[in-house]
Amino acid sequence: MGTFEPMVPEAYRVRKVIRELADTYTLELESVSGSPLHYAPGQFNMLYAFGVGEVPISMSGDPSQPHLLTHTVRAVGPVTQAICASGRDSVVGVRGPFGTPWPVEKAVGKDVVIMAGGIGLAPLRPAIYSILQQREKFGKFVLLYGSRAPENILFESELHEWRSRFDTQVNLTVDSASGNWKGNVGVVSTLISSIDVDVSNSLVFLCGPEIMMHFSILELIKRGFSKNQIYLSMERNMKCAIGFCGHCQFGPTFICKEGAVFRFDQIERFFRIKEI
Amino acid sequence: MVTRHKMSALLREAPLFQDLDERIVDLLAGCATNVSFDAGEMIYREGEAAKQFYEIRRGDVALEIFVPGRGPVTIETLHEKDVLGWSWLIEPYRWHFEARALTRVSAISFDAICIRGKCESDHELGYELMKRFSKIIVERLQNTRMQLLDVYGHI
Amino acid sequence: MAEKSQVIERDALDDLLKVLREQGYEVIGPTIQESAIVYDRIDGVSDMPVGWTDVQDGGSYRLKKRTDESRFGYVVGPHSWKKFLFPPELRLWRAKRDDAGFKILEEREQTKKYAFIGVRSCELHAIFIQDRVFMGGKHVDPVYKSRREKIFIVAVNCAEAGGTCFCVSMKTGPKAQSGYDLALTEIVERERHYFTVEVGSERGQEVLKELQHREAKHDEISAAEGRTRNASEQMGRTMDINDLKELLYRNYNHERWENVAERCLSCANCTMVCPTCFCTTVEDVTDLTGQYAERLRRWDSCFTIDFSYIHGGSLRKSAKSRYRQWMTHKLATWIDQFGTSGCVGCGRCITWCPVGIDITEEVKAIRESEGGTHGDQT
Repeated sequence: MGTFEPMVPEAYRVRKVIRELADTYTLELESVSGSPLHYAPGQFNMLYAFGVGEVPISMSGDPSQPHLLTHTVRAVGPVTQAICASGRDSVVGVRGPFGTPWPVEKAVGKDVVIMAGGIGLAPLRPAIYSILQQREKFGKFVLLYGSRAPENILFESELHEWRSRFDTQVNLTVDSASGNWKGNVGVVSTLISSIDVDVSNSLVFLCGPEIMMHFSILELIKRGFSKNQIYLSMERNMKCAIGFCGHCQFGPTFICKEGAVFRFDQIERFFRIKEI
Repeated sequence: MVTRHKMSALLREAPLFQDLDERIVDLLAGCATNVSFDAGEMIYREGEAAKQFYEIRRGDVALEIFVPGRGPVTIETLHEKDVLGWSWLIEPYRWHFEARALTRVSAISFDAICIRGKCESDHELGYELMKRFSKIIVERLQNTRMQLLDVYGHI
Repeated sequence: MAEKSQVIERDALDDLLKVLREQGYEVIGPTIQESAIVYDRIDGVSDMPVGWTDVQDGGSYRLKKRTDESRFGYVVGPHSWKKFLFPPELRLWRAKRDDAGFKILEEREQTKKYAFIGVRSCELHAIFIQDRVFMGGKHVDPVYKSRREKIFIVAVNCAEAGGTCFCVSMKTGPKAQSGYDLALTEIVERERHYFTVEVGSERGQEVLKELQHREAKHDEISAAEGRTRNASEQMGRTMDINDLKELLYRNYNHERWENVAERCLSCANCTMVCPTCFCTTVEDVTDLTGQYAERLRRWDSCFTIDFSYIHGGSLRKSAKSRYRQWMTHKLATWIDQFGTSGCVGCGRCITWCPVGIDITEEVKAIRESEGGTHGDQT
């Protein structure tokens, strides 16, 4: 057999590994060939650990720096564990970019609400960078983030940095806390009632566990947002990322092709169907 | 001390009393006073008689419970415009959790015995208040159920 | 291209196979293997199931001797042509570790040039459907494309229908309308055995030139038409496809899915025999030294638990959800994805289901629960 081009990974060298949380690492990668990888916020790559396997992981870095690929990976299975264990200067494979982006351009002139749960903040970080780099083009900017506990807050120092800007509103909450936590405790959807945006002229980018997105959407709608103002990122099993393997089917879509970012009204019909 | 008239005006701003008949707001205002707490101050303690409830005007409050071996665990935080406390409404009128001011807190405090008395004699007031508290209780219950799902633990 | 039907006599079929072989094609056609009609390499008509037919029904298939010498006197067996264009197992690449991390090893393959003999109209439609899947989007399957572009298709118009056939309902048969190089209709009479031939391409025309042929006469054409009509009237199954997509979209929570789940064994047979199912899994492996790695692609099935696995568990744990996924994909979501139904009415999933689950029955049950049919029964 010949080589099957769309399934061939390219070698990338690990330049830096940052331990974000107990089980979550950020890898900065640089192409061995030196060629840049241009991508839009919200897109993902297939990351390959030599001989072990491939997993879909969203970009979590700054899209204006295509020579430096950043991925934040939670070590939960054999492939993600192998990738997280890659030391500096080791090599991983990369295929991509795949999938639909967060509609950052469509949000120009509008208020933007970014809402993330858990590791769902990672796929949104490129959108945050993009918006903050051209902050004047947008109206109000609100970031709502929920995590399990204070020790699970991703990108914590950056969150504090963003919070300290005069032109952003950053609200954090955790599901439970003990000890010295002085911040909010409660589910992330409770943050929605307090946001100060022009509901009729804003977009929401939402990413987190599906059930968290479900409850958040209910609350967003209660607050007056329309379904076509809400964009969310869906997750399913992915093997090929090019629409051939069938694993990521969600109703009439393949998440790798028509997603992972969808406008909510376009998938609402299938969103709460059990085991779809 | 604020006048009863001023207190009525304050109450009308609170979400809990939105669209409430003026007569009823005035009745409630008669049981209300302004209070404040310093950061770190205990607002009420577990097991104590629930003699009041609060409408938070400014500041943040943590609902806590002491877990042996873990120390104080925060169940929920409450903020501006939130209602603090519902044990005053339901027998045996004792606090189940502790409420601690996280920041300096200003609130309107409602005297529970005063309000319960008015509810007993004025069922329209009683029903309005019960409806509004039920909504808050159900929202908090739903949020608690979501917390129980531990959504970030699995994905 | 000859627009008029042509005629070749029975024994010219062997010449056709010979001409194709001489033109460098690997000739694939029907054979008998393990008591079934199986498409495989053939060297001549003597390798074909001459004088055999198949008897099919839900969960049942057997071969039976015919009273004539028909070359194509059966319908479809368990395998479709997809195994040649879309191989069950494919190595996607091989790599070796080196100083730069790893290097993909160059491999060159002469793409096989296949001639398919005896492609039924439903199967042609299945190929058209897979064309959309593998070549119609942003990404193209290079292996499928290189094989697909080279195939020579000799279609055969069915003269009889099988017990589980419903191509008339799906508007995919029984007569091949396009997409072939040559299309044959086999006519077996008491005195005479011949084929009418339709030419569908320049290549077909060139090949026909090598065979003894002549223009078909009026009675030969009407004999061929009679065979097609006969097949149309014999359809073993029907499916009302009117508003079918919306019917299924409305009924994701229908109790019928529970009912079918009680019978379904999740064996995946239906997906393996289906000529349009295209799901695969990818496996990455290394050798013992860890220096070489390769990636394999294998046919997969939405009936397996692992198929929908994401961290935390499988999304489709119940048999109900997996059957629903398969059937709604075939008949509904496929239309949104590829602009066509994913079902061609070949009946294989009915025949090869060990418990005889019948997709036409399942559609009917859901439709009738909504209060009868919408529109005309097709």
